[in-house]
Amino acid sequence: MAAVTGQQNVDLREPKGWRRTSNRIVTVLMVLAFVLVIIPLGFVLVTVVAKGISIISVTFLTSQIPPNVAPADVGGIWPAILGTLEIVGLATLMAVPLGILGAIYLNEYGGRGPLGVLIGFMSDVMTGVPSIIMGLFIFSIWVLHFGYSGFAGALALGCLMLPIVIRSTYEMLRLVPNSLREGSYALGATKARVTLTVVLPAAIGGIVSGALLAVARAAGETAPLIFTILGGLTLATNPNVFSGATTALPLLIFSNASSPYVGAQARGWGAALTLIVICFVLMIAARLVTARFARYSR
Amino acid sequence: MEQSEQESVTGRQVPESATRQDVPLPEPAALQAREAAAQQEAWGSGEHVFDVKNTSVYYGSFRAVTDVSLAIYEHEITAFIGPSGCGKTTVLRSLNRMNDLVVGARVEGDVRYRGAPLYGKDVSPIAVRRRIGMVFQKPNPFPKSIYDNIAYGPRINGQHNKKKLDEIVERSLRQAALWDEVKDRLNKSGLGLSGGQAQRLCIARTLAVEPDVVLMDEPCSALDPIATGAIEDLMQEIKSKYTIVIVTHNMQQATRVSDRTAFYSVLVNPTSDTRTGVLVEYAPTAQLFEDPQDDRTKAYVTGRMG
Repeated sequence: MAAVTGQQNVDLREPKGWRRTSNRIVTVLMVLAFVLVIIPLGFVLVTVVAKGISIISVTFLTSQIPPNVAPADVGGIWPAILGTLEIVGLATLMAVPLGILGAIYLNEYGGRGPLGVLIGFMSDVMTGVPSIIMGLFIFSIWVLHFGYSGFAGALALGCLMLPIVIRSTYEMLRLVPNSLREGSYALGATKARVTLTVVLPAAIGGIVSGALLAVARAAGETAPLIFTILGGLTLATNPNVFSGATTALPLLIFSNASSPYVGAQARGWGAALTLIVICFVLMIAARLVTARFARYSR
Repeated sequence: MEQSEQESVTGRQVPESATRQDVPLPEPAALQAREAAAQQEAWGSGEHVFDVKNTSVYYGSFRAVTDVSLAIYEHEITAFIGPSGCGKTTVLRSLNRMNDLVVGARVEGDVRYRGAPLYGKDVSPIAVRRRIGMVFQKPNPFPKSIYDNIAYGPRINGQHNKKKLDEIVERSLRQAALWDEVKDRLNKSGLGLSGGQAQRLCIARTLAVEPDVVLMDEPCSALDPIATGAIEDLMQEIKSKYTIVIVTHNMQQATRVSDRTAFYSVLVNPTSDTRTGVLVEYAPTAQLFEDPQDDRTKAYVTGRMG
């Protein structure tokens, strides 16, 4: 038996000197950055929950919006919840399929031609357009001709979501390894077949995440709605999304937050918490759906 | 089948000027004559699945492989060997038009599959690939269940009968010697298999569409010797039904499995420093390894180069 020939003073400890120091400095900086990022997020959540939780009740969620002077225990925010669900839902229906198809075109079909490059560039430019400009744009091409409606709001939000969906889907499709496409082509699949049965399922998790980010962004947008649904001037429930002024949670939060009345402010906090919860529930729901789709990607 | 006219059947014609290269035509006259003689002799025996004549493949302006001529025989295993960059994979991929997927790739010359021009005007690459399957270097199972991986090919070809699909899945997995290992977990993900199993899954997936030819691009390069042995045994078993062309870096593998071997090499033009792949020698495997006619082949198979 060969004995362990120790006693050679093999030093396996972390080397001293500048390498160790710099390693530690960078580690500390990273932890610090993480904490700095998490602090404001935590504060926002804690504040909204603390100020909003006391007013939330079934009555609050289902009652009509009272005048601002009403005390905190009167009325609710139902019209705004309904408006937000309708408008964001409609915007999602328009922007997500269009955005995914656009990204498929860019990555799988004509992406390298001049048209593809142009579309990709324009979509990136569109990401940077301020949301209020989108509102003005829809105001001038739609609202001036057909009047205020939830649909106009959905158009504005859809324009905001579209480039986000295109960009995130495009990045996800790019991550699908080419070997999967080749494997499918080698079995005699057509391009459409390859895209539908191999590429999209492989990327579905990321695509849904990207679409959700776009939905969450749109759900919180206030500026594009000011010009399109006339939310500041109506408090009533408007079930018809295609005609007439309506209201939405971000607008309600905006007007109540700038109101001097304590009751209105409390309802504003409640609305803010409701909006956060809606987005949160959407995220979880979509995660569950995606997990079912992606159950074979290990 | 004798083809008298040497028509150029590239799918996409390009102006003559674009195809001119600095690389000289590779064959010394003597070698050309010998090859012609060998071919004459070989053409007499067996059914040709592929007839490749004077074929070059370009990627953009880069000529990856120059002036390849060879015939692939039915129910045989043909091995392509040679150093890296010699164009053996390129030739393989031009046999089922996988190179169409590479932007800028172009095939010039005459490639015939059972007498039909593979790059003819009316030829659909989809139809080509349904008959000529391919197994890749890295196992690439789809992120689907094992069952759906195998059923994928039959399904895209219109087979949706559950009972038939069950049969196909079992038969293909048995052919690929994988059935016993996965029969209890057909609904589990194909990505959960080990490297060797995943590669056999990909072979089973290829066999499920009952192709005429199976092209294999270094199918064992990512596998351990046991998995490699399993796949080599598998090739011997299925060769009575299929024609197999395999690219390999492993000369022992070529001697173990193949009936014929084609040796490719890289030709460097010293003045312009352009390189291109050439087919140096193509012969029955035993002959190529024991009595190579070309010095380059001799150097390669005896391990003095590459």
